[in-house]
Amino acid sequence: MEELANLMHGFSVALQPFNIGVMFLGIVLGVLIGVLPGLGGANGVAILLPLTFTMSPTSAIIMLSCIYWGALFGGAITSILFNIPGEPWSVATTFDGHPMAQKGKAGEALTAAFTSSFVGALFAIVMITLIAPLVAAFALKFGPAEQFSVYFLAFCSFVGMSKEPPFKTIAAMFIGFALAAVGLDSITGQLRLTFGTETLLTGFNFLIAVIGLFGIGEILLSIEEGLKFRGGKAGMNPKVVLQTWAELPRYWATSLRSCIIGCWMGISPAGATPASFMSYGIARRASKRGNNFGKGEIEGVVAPETAAHAAGTSALLPMLSLGVPGSPTAAVLLGGLLIWGLQPGPLLFVEQKEFVWGLIASMYISNVVGLIVVLTCVPLFAAILRIPFSIIAPVILVICAIGAYTVHNSTFDIVLMLVFGIIGYVMKKCDYPLAPMVLAIVLGDKAEENFRQSLLASQGSLDIFWSNGLVGSIMALGLIALFWPIFNVLWARMRPARAAT
Amino acid sequence: MSDDSHGAARSGPGQRSAELGVAVVMALFALLVIYGSIQAGIGWGAEGPKAGFFPFYVGIAILIASAVNFVRARGESSSELFADWGQLRQVLAVVVPTAVYVAVIPWIGLYVASLILIAFFMKRLGNYGWHQIAAIAIGLPLVAFVVFERWFLVPLPKGPIEAWLGF
Amino acid sequence: MMKSITKGVLGAAAVVCAAQLTPAQAWEPTRPVEFIIPAGPGGGADIMARTVQGIVTKHSLMKQPMVVINKAGGAGGEGFLDVKNSRNNPHKIVITLSNLFTTPLATGIPFSWKDLTPVAMLALDEFVLWVNAEKPYKTAKDYIEAAKKANGTYKMGGTGSKQEDQIITEAIQKQSGAKFIYIPQRGGGAVAVQLVGNHVDSTVNNPNEAVAHWRAGKLRPLCVFDAKPMPYKDVIAEGKSWGDIPVCKAQGLDIEYLMLRGIFMTPGANKAQVDYYIGLFQKVRQTDEWKKLMADGAFNQTFMTGPDYVKWVATEEKRHHDLMKDAGFLATK
Repeated sequence: MEELANLMHGFSVALQPFNIGVMFLGIVLGVLIGVLPGLGGANGVAILLPLTFTMSPTSAIIMLSCIYWGALFGGAITSILFNIPGEPWSVATTFDGHPMAQKGKAGEALTAAFTSSFVGALFAIVMITLIAPLVAAFALKFGPAEQFSVYFLAFCSFVGMSKEPPFKTIAAMFIGFALAAVGLDSITGQLRLTFGTETLLTGFNFLIAVIGLFGIGEILLSIEEGLKFRGGKAGMNPKVVLQTWAELPRYWATSLRSCIIGCWMGISPAGATPASFMSYGIARRASKRGNNFGKGEIEGVVAPETAAHAAGTSALLPMLSLGVPGSPTAAVLLGGLLIWGLQPGPLLFVEQKEFVWGLIASMYISNVVGLIVVLTCVPLFAAILRIPFSIIAPVILVICAIGAYTVHNSTFDIVLMLVFGIIGYVMKKCDYPLAPMVLAIVLGDKAEENFRQSLLASQGSLDIFWSNGLVGSIMALGLIALFWPIFNVLWARMRPARAAT
Repeated sequence: MSDDSHGAARSGPGQRSAELGVAVVMALFALLVIYGSIQAGIGWGAEGPKAGFFPFYVGIAILIASAVNFVRARGESSSELFADWGQLRQVLAVVVPTAVYVAVIPWIGLYVASLILIAFFMKRLGNYGWHQIAAIAIGLPLVAFVVFERWFLVPLPKGPIEAWLGF
Repeated sequence: MMKSITKGVLGAAAVVCAAQLTPAQAWEPTRPVEFIIPAGPGGGADIMARTVQGIVTKHSLMKQPMVVINKAGGAGGEGFLDVKNSRNNPHKIVITLSNLFTTPLATGIPFSWKDLTPVAMLALDEFVLWVNAEKPYKTAKDYIEAAKKANGTYKMGGTGSKQEDQIITEAIQKQSGAKFIYIPQRGGGAVAVQLVGNHVDSTVNNPNEAVAHWRAGKLRPLCVFDAKPMPYKDVIAEGKSWGDIPVCKAQGLDIEYLMLRGIFMTPGANKAQVDYYIGLFQKVRQTDEWKKLMADGAFNQTFMTGPDYVKWVATEEKRHHDLMKDAGFLATK
């Protein structure tokens, strides 16, 4: 019960008028950062970090974490409206979010995304409040082999069932792996696939690929069907929020599952990106309407958004209690803690009670604040789609170019973005799935790194992936997910047989 | 989709040849990956697998997959269209100006290039009046300047005009 | 009107110059200064650079804003190449770590410290040999003996491949005859946590990367890779201070390794520009925030500029070349 008293004290700190003001400012800035591709949460927090030096550590972390929440919320906006994911974990949101917008249901999609984000974050905060020490101990169990098994599971649960021809899926995914491999090999410290050029040194950044493949590719596809975006007639009625809310409780099972996946991924710390893909993949299989996924199914927005937010929030726990950032943004926040003279680590919860509980309390409040801010803007966001194509298209092109440039401050990346855009257009027309390719670009090098670290530790023996209960069961889950379609077929064959008897 | 245009009236590159082309390009890409991997070493060294070990097998996988895709595409009927010429012309109407835009950014900076791109699109595709064009084509780069350079302190590429203005 | 404004500005500038007693040709930034970090967010160099940025902003040490940019690609090669290719741009500085030496040697990425203009050494980062506190080893000697008996199955965790941590590991192997499996990770914080979780047997983390776990009783420092013990006397954990950690030399490991945290400028910078940044960093060093960062991270606070700094860097480069050549880490051409 001591925790509860601490939390109450935390609320009294977080509810000070100055801190509430800071929260609003943080959320608004965060949404803006999330909307502009390239200015990711990590970037935004890093840029605004010096502003917080004059505040108390509690106010400062409240502001920075609010920017973080805001960016998480904001990432969904461009994904849904323009098929441009501003952050890696918003990619899965585009799969159903953008088709919904094309059908004129942008308002519903945005409401579902924001609300699910809120639910996911809330679940994670409650978990942090109640079982923080247990969770920290769980995070310590993850060595390279366990990490690899998590990535393996993410791939399997997402890729196992794809509607596109299997060899096209394989080709797309492995091209993603190849692109992820370009640059420095982190295990041997050696360059590979750069062919002696300096431009390839940094490898292919996910954001540039995704802005091109999804964003530019989408513009080219829309142009084919006349110079307009579909979904222009999107409703501007604020009632859409309430109507969508009435519908959402139906997906409680998906929601709960996604919360659990998200928290697990956030702690382990694999991060929000595998969480959103895994959650989407599993929801597609578990749902009765799974075949409609990808065509604008609201459940396909709920699943990835819930998981991404749950992961993003729970990633703060290993950062605070172990000093290991679960995401790039958390890494910058970590730097902030050190600068304010707070030492993240197991003792933070003991020595800096006021700060920790103030932060946790602010998470509750700021997520409510964030939800209110973004929901009131839903009609406004949806209305963006009404802007005529000949204006919005060049504006999107410019914003995409800025986004691609800011990743490495390199104009070459803008060229690359356009090339990816044309590739995305052609691949889409030829029925190659883009999602596995993107997943491979995001997670490919990390999965390979953990795989090879494991092999180094075991001196080449693959047994390490079955060496304890944790890694073994995750690997087994991955294999089940991969061969799920086969199980499904067998099940379907058995059932009529049984019915006959 | 625009189903109202009748199949007989449409002409353009066939879906089949596009698919064959994509498979060939992917196979070439795979060969490049395999070549690069061999350069980096594909064996099993003192530190476990060498840098090129994984990319090598990734390249092989792409090669096999594109071979299968090639054979499958050959078996497809050749009547379907990838896109008709009119559609492709529309696509090129966006791709070409964008390519020019991307190419000139290193020389004249992102702000001026963006101004021209937006003005071009609005005039060519929307046929707006000069007042509206000026408002948006000048306004957006200005907003971008304030947000990125002033607010978030992210420098964007600038050209001679910005240098002349003293930025 | 125009004229009077100009006069006023000139007058103000003259007053400022007179007040600071700077020479007539003194230089000052006229645009935002880019501070390049050739490493990812959250690492030691990143935290130091962002602290500097915070100090400069908070105390208004510079009229123009300071912008911190991470360019971590290619083991930092991306950042160094950017600085190297920005000849005569005095509004760009870079903070270095050991990858100034290790990256060109290990990868063949074409740059060297000689391409850049040296400004100042801010501090040196210490390296400490850590083990998990559950393990029985109380001294480095105990640990090395145990590692020898284990016949090459002990795992050493470290940041990056063919960089400082692996170089130290190689040096330990060479000195003691014990063999380790080196497991590269992405960041120092992750390395320390792998040790807490018993996924590796030891690490050579910087003090600030592992101190939280030491204080929580999860890790134990065995020795420091420096010529003399660290000068910090405040008690950190188990009644010990940083100063109580013995030097590795006394434990039979005659290895000294310190990591440069220094500042370089773009090629072609003139003396006035270099002097401006030296002055800036001297002011930064006087602030309480900087002193706290130094004490928290148990840094070696050597400050060097001019020929001393150049000489130090040249010696270090030679040493890295020799160490990496011995270990077989040089890029094959």
